[in-house]
Amino acid sequence: MWSYLVRRLFFVIFVAWGVTFATFFIAQVVPADPALAALGDNAREEQVQEFRHRYGLDKPKPVQYAIYMNRLLRGDLGQSLRTSRPVADDLKEFFPATIELSLAALLVSLLFGIPAGVLAALRQNRAPDLVVRLLALLGGATPVFFLAILLLELLHGKLGLLPGPGRLDPYLLTPPRVTGVMTLDTLIARDGKAFVDSLRHLLLPAFVLGAASLALLARMTRGAMLEVLSQDYVRTARSKGLSERGVVLRHAAKNAALPVLTVIGSLLGSLLSGAVLTETIFSWPGIGRYVTVSAASLDFPAVMGVTLLAGLVYALINLAVDLLYAAIDPRIRYG
Amino acid sequence: MGEVKVQEGWEGRASRPTLRSRTIRRFRRNASGIIGLALLILLVAMAVLSPVISGDPLAQDILNKLQSPSSQHFLGTDQLGRDVWARVVHGAAISLRIGFLVVLLSVVIGVIVGLTAGSLGRVWDNVLMRITDIFFAFPSLILAMAIAAALGRDLNNTILAVAAVTWPVYARLVRAQALALREREFVEAARALGTSTPRILWRHILPNTWTPVLVQASFDVGGAILTAAGLSFIGFGAQPPTPEWGAMVSETRDYIREAPWAASAPAIGIMLTVLAFNLLGDALRDVLDPRGRD
Repeated sequence: MWSYLVRRLFFVIFVAWGVTFATFFIAQVVPADPALAALGDNAREEQVQEFRHRYGLDKPKPVQYAIYMNRLLRGDLGQSLRTSRPVADDLKEFFPATIELSLAALLVSLLFGIPAGVLAALRQNRAPDLVVRLLALLGGATPVFFLAILLLELLHGKLGLLPGPGRLDPYLLTPPRVTGVMTLDTLIARDGKAFVDSLRHLLLPAFVLGAASLALLARMTRGAMLEVLSQDYVRTARSKGLSERGVVLRHAAKNAALPVLTVIGSLLGSLLSGAVLTETIFSWPGIGRYVTVSAASLDFPAVMGVTLLAGLVYALINLAVDLLYAAIDPRIRYG
Repeated sequence: MGEVKVQEGWEGRASRPTLRSRTIRRFRRNASGIIGLALLILLVAMAVLSPVISGDPLAQDILNKLQSPSSQHFLGTDQLGRDVWARVVHGAAISLRIGFLVVLLSVVIGVIVGLTAGSLGRVWDNVLMRITDIFFAFPSLILAMAIAAALGRDLNNTILAVAAVTWPVYARLVRAQALALREREFVEAARALGTSTPRILWRHILPNTWTPVLVQASFDVGGAILTAAGLSFIGFGAQPPTPEWGAMVSETRDYIREAPWAASAPAIGIMLTVLAFNLLGDALRDVLDPRGRD
């Protein structure tokens, strides 16, 4: 068990290194000039030289890489070419908003996706099943950005039911930053009104971001339940007179949880990636929007910081899923 | 399988139908597959015939901007008075080209990496699969964005960028198949007869990996179209005035209230295309994957 864990943690570090190396490599093939991107095309030659010197862009590539890695090992992610702040500070500022949004999206997809899948499986080929399958098909095919625009126009623009982009009504007092998660910070500040408002702001982007995952989860849950419901032990449970409720909850759901769990792990990863589009449309100050603006201005230290963070999160989530897998299924042992 | 035999007896066939004809028959009975295929044929026809069935997608007519659908402009006009139908139809050609080229490129890379890893021994296997792991760990849209930003924002670079995040799936698939097939009797027999390794790979292993690759590819064409549209939407892919669907939604989103057709038409184009490939993928999996058969 321990040797397995150590091996896996090594792997996490390896993936993190690989991701930064790949991004560094991509940054080297840039035909465009980051200095010109930051200073504008009309920058004077001395300015450009000064900029390159300040950020070490005038040194040979291997030296640049050595400097970057050396700093990285000491926990320094370098300086953003665009914000001129340490990348680590930028990430600290923007990551909590992304965590908040991704977790909320995951919650939405779990809350609706799993019951929908179970319902569809229990009513196979009848109306509920057909509705769930149709919605799941559409949900998997709808571009996130269009869903966002459509719902914003409908629920915010036309009906005025939900607030527009942003995290908090500008007329409300922003609570002091403690966690960076707005819904938590408003609670800590004991500001009930702001808390409700931040929740209302979170609802739409969370649903938009979670929609595709919701669809996938409903399909997976349905498939897993159908598979389990046809097993002998379910028939046994039924024949010994167990109530349908008992069969579904005690016997079927537990066994159907395994394949669903694997999906949830990969969903969290894809939520982080999907956050790029959702955050851009909803002006959500997370790392998705940060990395979009950074990439547009060829700010590769910032892009590397975000990919490193995302790669680490991905590898750690995978590890957690594998461990959970073993915890749920006694047949699985890691050695 | 039992079901098939019963049916054969019932039909009173003298000879066993070939595997292929049985597969085709099973596909024809799969409703989602037929719908997906029909949709796809329609979309391809639209793309191929775009110059014939529509006008110039770039021609502006400011006096007639944001017109609602009419007999003259089947899907109305956008904020520059361009014909939305013409743009959507031309967009079909662009998106399908992106989808197919991304998957083609990804399959080629994935097959080369997967076969090499699955057949050249542990060292190669380890090196190549760890590289694949790294690409898996990348948040796909962020990697694609970085590549697109680095290479310059145009359609061909979009294809490269999306392929860069799509190929690892195929590498894993093909490797897993190659490892499993390597131990099978027919490969051992070929080896015992003195067949060279490249020939075994080419003639015996590769043909047997196509089923899972084809199913995955069908889903990925839709996925690639979605990713590329997303990239264009945030400005990293096709640039205006190119009638790429994602770019079109981005260009017209501010007019969604006055002219909802201008943003909805390309979005529905994306939806239908992705839907077609997902339905097709579902059907191919049901028909081809032996574990999925009842």
